[in-house]
Amino acid sequence: MIIHPVLSWLNEWWQGVVATYGLPSCFVPAAQMVVHAILIGGFIAVLVLFLIWLTRKVSAHIQQRFGPMRVGWHGSVQTVADALKLMQKEDTTPRSCDRPVFNIAPFLAFAPTIVAFVVIPFGDGAIIRDLNIGVLFLFAITTINVIGVISGGWASGSKYSLLGGFRSAAQLVSYEVPLVLSALGVIMLAGSMKMGAIVDAQSRIWFVAYQPLAFVIYIIAATAEVNRTPFDIPEAEQEIVAGFNVEYSGMKFAMFFLAEFANMFLIAAIAATLFLGGWRGPWLPGEFWFLAKSFAIVLLLMFFRWTYPRLRVDQLMSFAWKFLLPLAFLNLIITGLILVLI
Amino acid sequence: MTDWIYVVAFYGVAGVALLGGLGVLFFRNLFHAGLSLILSLFAVASLFVLLGAEFLAGVQVLVYVGAVAVLILFAVMLTQRITARRVRRYTRALIPAALVTLGLAVVTVFVMVKVELPAIAPIPEASAIDELADQLLSTYLLPFEVISLLLLGALVGAIVLARKEERR
Repeated sequence: MIIHPVLSWLNEWWQGVVATYGLPSCFVPAAQMVVHAILIGGFIAVLVLFLIWLTRKVSAHIQQRFGPMRVGWHGSVQTVADALKLMQKEDTTPRSCDRPVFNIAPFLAFAPTIVAFVVIPFGDGAIIRDLNIGVLFLFAITTINVIGVISGGWASGSKYSLLGGFRSAAQLVSYEVPLVLSALGVIMLAGSMKMGAIVDAQSRIWFVAYQPLAFVIYIIAATAEVNRTPFDIPEAEQEIVAGFNVEYSGMKFAMFFLAEFANMFLIAAIAATLFLGGWRGPWLPGEFWFLAKSFAIVLLLMFFRWTYPRLRVDQLMSFAWKFLLPLAFLNLIITGLILVLI
Repeated sequence: MTDWIYVVAFYGVAGVALLGGLGVLFFRNLFHAGLSLILSLFAVASLFVLLGAEFLAGVQVLVYVGAVAVLILFAVMLTQRITARRVRRYTRALIPAALVTLGLAVVTVFVMVKVELPAIAPIPEASAIDELADQLLSTYLLPFEVISLLLLGALVGAIVLARKEERR
């Protein structure tokens, strides 16, 4: 309700400019793409700065500390200072690394996250491309993330990062399965993979009411997908220093960090769209409701992080394959039966 | 106007797919070859998008890039000695292999030139997935079920293999 009118006004103005000066017509979609790319990039940058600050404050308050207090009001510009510091840092490359893969890996981890934001409905009409394969696109594109993580771990040439790479490959591939299966129930109910159609189908009742089991499975699997505690064994500090990104420094480290936090928001935004009615809500504009629901789930993930202890590797695997997966199938069968019978 | 964009996109993407395939063949480091395979698979997914088969492209990325390629990389990582060693790229069977490949290439080109492929009516974009789903569960039900049986067999086989390992 806020973004869409502004963008369409901008588009009309630009169309007018193109028409008046007789520019080629392909300038219109091209300019649109550039504006969208800038919007997403800017949104992610601001979002991650805010999320890092929020993580530090929330974790601090859960542990009865204050967290950052000195830079800005309650440390609100602390992350800006940290980002500036990271940019000035030396970009070290370990001697035993595989240089080309080492350099590509941060981008492989970060790029899919940006691309995934293309199909996220931020508000009424505020979706960049409402693809027919929306949900499938999301899950497909975010799997590329794993490749960045494991090639980063492998290319660093350090045993700790290699172990982190192993762990995250095993974990991400395992939890991908229940994650996609839990979203399948929603797709069956909505009868479409379009994000817009899924939000529209929830105009009366949120899907979490019809799919409570799928919602729980989704939240658990999503926590594992973004490597948050209790599933943070890929970067378990006490065991393998910091996992796949030990050897990275400066901006390359920042890319992994950006990807991690942007992913956390992405997974929460998908949950809000699939289960909590997306941008739909009374009185206030859709963008507000979308952000409110997404941040509620982000806060839930942070709450998990400081509440539960870390799982062991074998527990993690058997939990995914022997418990979550059958449960997800059960949910799918029940959903199918009910849809057929009613 | 838009036609030449599609032509440029097709040749660009097809070129990337071929380059990726060549990379798989010629990289001496197995991990690099694996990454190159991912590039190739991703380019093939882009070709599907250009053909209007979005669903197929999504599945291609999800299954081949997200699962198969990751498993390949995982296996390469697990066998540390392989990554350190440079892979031998030539075998004594070079001449028979070349003959077989050449024969396949000749047959493929022959088919492409001789057989006239039926023109496919363009499917309206919005209903492409619905259409696919309907066709899979009506016209192509038998192949669909046979493939699912095959997958089930593979699944059971994997479990049996894993169990044997455990009993030892």
